[in-house]
Amino acid sequence: MIALPPAPAPAPRRQLLIGTSAVGAAITMLFGGMLAVWWRFRENSPLRSGAGEKLIKDWKPKGVKIPMVPVNVLFFTLIMACLMAQYAVYAAKRADRSNVTLGLGLTMLTGLAALNAQAYIWGQTKIGIRDGRFETMFYAVTGSFFVLMIVGLVFTVVAAFRHFGGRTADHEVITSHALFWYILTAIFTAVWFVVYVTK
Amino acid sequence: MTTIDNRPEAVSSALAEAADDAGRAIHGVASWATTADHKRIGRAFMVAALVMGAAALIVGALLGIERLNADDAVLQANSIGQLFSLHRVGMLYLVAMPLLLGLGLAVAPLQIGSRSLSFGRTAALGFWAWLMGSILVIVAFIGNGGPGGGDADMVDLFLMGLALALIGMVAASVSLVTTVLISRAPGMTLGRTPALAWSSLVGGVANILVLPVVIGVLVLLSIDHQYGRLVFGGNAGILDWMSWAISQPASFIAVVPALGAAADVVITASGRRHPQRGGVLVGVGVFSVAMLGAVTQVTHDLPWSGSSIGDKIKNVLPFALFNLLPILGAVIVLGMVALALKGGKPRLSAGFVFSLTGLIVIVGGVVAHALAPIVDLQLAGTTYDEGVFTAVTSGGLLVGLGAIAHWGPKLWGRKIGDKQLLPLALLGFVGADLGALALAVAGFQGQPAMTAGGFDYKFSPQLLNGIAMAGSALVALVVVLFGLLALKSFTSGEAAGDDPWDGQTLEWATSSPPPANNFSDLHTVSSAEPLLDLKPARSNA
Repeated sequence: MIALPPAPAPAPRRQLLIGTSAVGAAITMLFGGMLAVWWRFRENSPLRSGAGEKLIKDWKPKGVKIPMVPVNVLFFTLIMACLMAQYAVYAAKRADRSNVTLGLGLTMLTGLAALNAQAYIWGQTKIGIRDGRFETMFYAVTGSFFVLMIVGLVFTVVAAFRHFGGRTADHEVITSHALFWYILTAIFTAVWFVVYVTK
Repeated sequence: MTTIDNRPEAVSSALAEAADDAGRAIHGVASWATTADHKRIGRAFMVAALVMGAAALIVGALLGIERLNADDAVLQANSIGQLFSLHRVGMLYLVAMPLLLGLGLAVAPLQIGSRSLSFGRTAALGFWAWLMGSILVIVAFIGNGGPGGGDADMVDLFLMGLALALIGMVAASVSLVTTVLISRAPGMTLGRTPALAWSSLVGGVANILVLPVVIGVLVLLSIDHQYGRLVFGGNAGILDWMSWAISQPASFIAVVPALGAAADVVITASGRRHPQRGGVLVGVGVFSVAMLGAVTQVTHDLPWSGSSIGDKIKNVLPFALFNLLPILGAVIVLGMVALALKGGKPRLSAGFVFSLTGLIVIVGGVVAHALAPIVDLQLAGTTYDEGVFTAVTSGGLLVGLGAIAHWGPKLWGRKIGDKQLLPLALLGFVGADLGALALAVAGFQGQPAMTAGGFDYKFSPQLLNGIAMAGSALVALVVVLFGLLALKSFTSGEAAGDDPWDGQTLEWATSSPPPANNFSDLHTVSSAEPLLDLKPARSNA
């Protein structure tokens, strides 16, 4: 065996942060691809007259109403989740255990509220997944995002367990957790614009 | 006690031995099933991919036989379209991509001086997800569930199985990319990273960015197929929506690690420092621009005659960006490999011959692809695209075999017989070339792709399809024989020693096979060829 000169102790590695970034890139591309297909269907739809005789794309069926208030509440809730996750990071860096607990708890609460908001939107739109092309695509995209929010909540639970388990010096998991919620919110911004605003 | 009774102590000793054997077997299976060791995960990927490779190539040969005479059908008419899809999906996502991903997982951490893989359990989960997904895909095809298949449940199974397999490869890629980014030995900058580790990083990033787009399409197709089939046209529309994912330039993504692996093997065989090593890294990076073409989910065609100058310029830009830039990258790597060989006398190992010939086949396929989008040549929808696909995936497979011949001794401590492998390498080169060239020529004659009959052109269809079939069968034979030789080497091959090829990079500084944590000590690296620094007699050669 060839002997090479020994090395000093390795510098701290940001393994979880890099891994979360890579996963974030993957899920961003996942939704990018799905929204691109949505956009293509919308662009290829024929024109029809909308409100005020304005010509619009005949993609969303006439009778389908998407309630924008709960949609905007969902958007706002996700932003709140990011703020709470960042609050946990702020507290973790100051070794303030009780405020880390508060931050993670509020992130979980806002995450659950976001899930509730999405379920409420589905209930209010009163459309079935088999009703048409728009409806199937609507459930496919929003349903996939729903799954992603559940993953975010699982991440919150894991981060909380690790912190409460005594790894209070490990800020990286709290930081990576916050990064994941930022990525979720960025993705929802695109979903909000493409699916809910331009429809 | 009678004379025929065994003595109690002999019986208990035999029972204890049997129990020990069973215990060892159970422990062996359990340790493989739950391992987070990158060497084991990588080997598992490679072995499974080679088994599936032999099957996919045999399917290719059967389709070739079917094309010889459509009237005398070997296969059922309704299964032919699905088998063409299976061949493509299989060669790309069940063979070439996992084989080279597994190679990266097994070797790249050793090359960069890392003691372990980041997120080792994620990588292991990725392997099992890929394996389960691949099995589901195969089961679905057998049950008439491929794209356009007649059994709706099996079509659902196909879509979910493929999505699961791709999720597995994304998970393994995340693990590999993180490892190369953060676990390099002190002093090993990205510029000093060995070519295979670098190309594994670039290929892993490409997988992370491209495969989720395919997964997204599969999710949409799956939901639509289960609920109403109003959006994508049911079973018949599946191939239309995912054809970009089993064609060029998406197939280029799978072979990104092959460029680095081939370059590493050739540079080691040359026995000298590469004068322009950075060029290899640049070439691999430029080649990976192919991922841009893949994620746009469309073919960037180039209509020429009949269009205005303004339109020509407008069309040339995306054509050049998505189709010509990858060629530049591949040609740079080939040029760098030629530079490594210039004026020297390389060691003619089987790994070297496999890798060099595989690289030539890949570059040939990538260069040939530039013609496919030119609308005036009327190659769209012909077997020309199949020829390019065959060249790229078969080339990737050959480089993968070469890499196993080269790094196998490091991974399991025994050499594969060079004398037996060298003819296989040449046979594989001939087979890959015959298969690809015959299909490309048939494409120029206008032979439609993905069908086995109805050919109407002057140049003998039987001859071209016969050559293509023979090429596919030859490569299948090479994979099977290679697998048998590798198995023999694993059980009774000649001991390899720690540095059998007079290597230049860190993986040759540890024992063969490496211990659980790869290196007993961490090393400081001060050049791209840390082992050559310790071999002064050859470092300036």
